[in-house]
Amino acid sequence: MAKQLLKGNIAIGEAAVRAGLNAYFGYPITPQTELLEYLSARMPELGRTFLQAESELGAINMVYGAACTGARVMNSSSSPGVSLMTEGISYISATELPVVIVDVMRGGPGLGNIAPSQGDYNQIVHGGGHGDYHCIVLAPANVQEAIDLTYGAFDLAEKYRTIVVILADGSLGQMMEPAELPPMLPAIMRQPDWATYGSEGRERRFLSSIFIDPTQQEEANFRLEGRWQKIKENEIQFREYYLDDAEYAVVGFGTAGRIALSAVRAARAKGIKIGLFRPVSLAPFPDAQLFALAKRLKGMLVVEMNAGQMLNDVMNATRHQTPIEFFGRMGGILPMPEEIEAEIDHLFTQPIGGNDHPCDRWLKRSGRIN
Amino acid sequence: MDSIQVEEQLVYDRPNSLLDVQTHYCPGCTHGVAHRLVAEVIDEMGIKENMVGVASVGCSVFAYNYYDFDFVQAPHGRAPAMATGIKRVLPHRFVMTYQGDGDLASIGMGEIVAAAARGENITVIFINNTNYGMTGGQMAPTTLPGQKTTSSPNGRDVETAGYPIRTAEMLATLDGAGYVARRSLHNPKNVRMAKKAIRLAFETQKKGLGFSLVELLSTCPTNWGLSPLKALEWVENAMIPYYPLGDYKVHPAIKDLKV
Repeated sequence: MAKQLLKGNIAIGEAAVRAGLNAYFGYPITPQTELLEYLSARMPELGRTFLQAESELGAINMVYGAACTGARVMNSSSSPGVSLMTEGISYISATELPVVIVDVMRGGPGLGNIAPSQGDYNQIVHGGGHGDYHCIVLAPANVQEAIDLTYGAFDLAEKYRTIVVILADGSLGQMMEPAELPPMLPAIMRQPDWATYGSEGRERRFLSSIFIDPTQQEEANFRLEGRWQKIKENEIQFREYYLDDAEYAVVGFGTAGRIALSAVRAARAKGIKIGLFRPVSLAPFPDAQLFALAKRLKGMLVVEMNAGQMLNDVMNATRHQTPIEFFGRMGGILPMPEEIEAEIDHLFTQPIGGNDHPCDRWLKRSGRIN
Repeated sequence: MDSIQVEEQLVYDRPNSLLDVQTHYCPGCTHGVAHRLVAEVIDEMGIKENMVGVASVGCSVFAYNYYDFDFVQAPHGRAPAMATGIKRVLPHRFVMTYQGDGDLASIGMGEIVAAAARGENITVIFINNTNYGMTGGQMAPTTLPGQKTTSSPNGRDVETAGYPIRTAEMLATLDGAGYVARRSLHNPKNVRMAKKAIRLAFETQKKGLGFSLVELLSTCPTNWGLSPLKALEWVENAMIPYYPLGDYKVHPAIKDLKV
């Protein structure tokens, strides 16, 4: 199939449709609204379910209900909307249901703004909802990757009976790029041996997130943790650029990683041996790969569109094997390649001293706090 | 000794749709009556295997342990949204929520109003016992003016806590509602009338006529601090005057249906 010019939000919607999406429930919020609008026409045209819910609470619980039946389901939102959905995310995780959620992140906290951000990293990667649960979190950096990750997300969700979050930022939702769409699948309605779709010809079933007996609850907790161990073994995804001979590396995901690649290329042109490590699966996080990388580096720069949320995971993974600096833009502002290049120069020319947290050093360097 | 011939005639049995288990409900609570009426209607309509139930949060949180058909358990107040998700992908199944007044009329008011307005083709069994039973009898949106609860120890003061919500009347104003009725479970006559209303609610769903809800005035002897008998009397004397029984919305297509 030939490449076509596609807007991120619409590309994600069409990729989900082609993956056999049976039902979509959503609520308008910028910068993901085009996804909802697109599916409002596309799903009924194919005889599939589209419903605009009364709120994000409504949307996530409609997805919860539909997922109980074995249908392929998805919803999408942006940061403040996802905050509302975290209740449902915890329940769906506890009930062990396959669901795909798209979060097109915007500036925050609070109402913030509608510009691109990566401020939901902690909320999505480290929970947000109550209790111990894990979602698989995938972060695309371009429209083609958004299509490919969305298309594969449903199989992944069903394989592990878990939530898969496509964590994109506003710029990815809004920008247009040439990309290729995958083959079309019919709407998928499975009848797995746990689903509740009417008990005709079998014993009745129930799906619940309640274990009133703590010993049973703990058993369920161990089951979820055991499954997460398998996911950690099998589902790590990342991309490496110019790392073979690298002495330094930038680590960044999604759009921040993509912009950092331009800076890395510019630094390479100046003779700095630097590469880029771009985690694609933020959960499970590529801990071992980053640790191995850090052992052979002279320094690492983490770049994010937040105040250093993934930074802590990188520090945890690399365990002081290499000095780390951080650079972030917040509030819905994209880092410029020149800014990242200047940070690379800084990393290259000024050895890191002291035991300050990289985040603290960045804030001091920024000259923007009193 | 002369033997006496005894002819046995079964006059009362457990409905097929109810599992043969003991419930956790308090003595004198009418949840058991409501469960049974729903189960009898489902048996009579022969739709047990076509059912998907949605339990709520509150005393009926374990409803899925008592009904012998597929069930899911919703977060607090969100049962109508979950039911919507199920019904939209399984339009030929019967979908029911079973919710209390704290769940439906307080934290879940948004979801129930939206589901009714959409004409969501689901049936809602709504238990109104004027308090949060499971957490120990706190004030609910349905608590009567002056009624003492553990969070309105001097009686509900409408100046600060506002007025009770008449859910059936309110939802009946929505065009998406096909059948909305209020019944009471305080005596045999009213129990029989409640069953007919539940049947009409499921018939509404069967015919695809939109949202259906039966509000059932129920007892909570434990939290009211009344004996089961006194609690039934309180329903009649205190609740019904505030929450009049009746049909608030009846779709023309089921108006003349004899059940």
